[in-house]
Amino acid sequence: MIWFQLLMFLLVAAGGTGTVLTRDPKKQVIVLSFYGMLLSILFLALQAPDVALSELAVGAVALPLMLLVAIANVRKKLHK
Amino acid sequence: MSPRFRKWLFLVSTLGLALLLFWAVVALPGFGNYPGPYGDLLNSVAVYERHVTNIVTAVNFDYRVLDTLGEEFILFAAATGVMLLLREQRAAPHYRLPASPRAVFARSDAARWMGLGFIGALMAFGIYIVLHAHLTPGGGFQGGAILGSTSLLVYLASKESVYRRVTPKFLAELAECAGAGGYVVIGIGALLAGGAFLQNVLPLGQTGNLASSGTIWLINFSIGVEVTGAFSILFLEFIKEVPEREDSA
Repeated sequence: MIWFQLLMFLLVAAGGTGTVLTRDPKKQVIVLSFYGMLLSILFLALQAPDVALSELAVGAVALPLMLLVAIANVRKKLHK
Repeated sequence: MSPRFRKWLFLVSTLGLALLLFWAVVALPGFGNYPGPYGDLLNSVAVYERHVTNIVTAVNFDYRVLDTLGEEFILFAAATGVMLLLREQRAAPHYRLPASPRAVFARSDAARWMGLGFIGALMAFGIYIVLHAHLTPGGGFQGGAILGSTSLLVYLASKESVYRRVTPKFLAELAECAGAGGYVVIGIGALLAGGAFLQNVLPLGQTGNLASSGTIWLINFSIGVEVTGAFSILFLEFIKEVPEREDSA
């Protein structure tokens, strides 16, 4: 189990770095959503299933959607 | 501020932050080592005292139930604030609807089938998570977030007008208000029954049964309804900011 936790820690670190290094906002949101999923698996590995469920709903679904809508809105105004 | 000065300021403050972080990390207890007394105490008494098998729920909705009331109203205030700001903005005289709303993208077969296939399963899962808060991991917050996001699958699989039809704004608002108010009503009910505000005065029932844990179950259900409504309102309002063209059905 400790190996799985270690693996998830490394994947989360890689996911966070990947999110920062992705510079195109639209692609960044998708990477961020994937990062949220990695985080929730890490929480599960650390025996916090309650937090994992919250992270899955908010980090992998709600937050990316709001960011996508915000990006679409900004682009709409730029095109005017 | 010159670029050179800014760079130096950034470097110096980053170094300071890194040192502080390092200091904090070094002082952390060992990995997997829990030094606080409360977790162990609650783990050993909560099952007998409150007849629940998910201690997290017992903590949230009984042992520190007043804190959760505050947390609930944070979400309530956030959803209401979003609603107020965006609607105010749309009602302003200088606001114009985008001259050319986004064309309706044809959803791919894959998106449509995945969406349709998951709606029922996700909704059942959300309801399960809300109802079994006192028995298995999860609760009103998590289940409500899942339920509130479920209707988004309709948006992904179909189009905006269909999504709005299956997510009536009135129902979402009603759920948010009734859920938030219900929490307080349960608390006042405990007062009327002769206990303290939000005290667990109902019979606790058999440990492991769906109908057990007294007011924990009721408060959790009320939270589930509120979070479902709040998430639905947030999504409805945000998606309204990037409308799809209505006519091209």
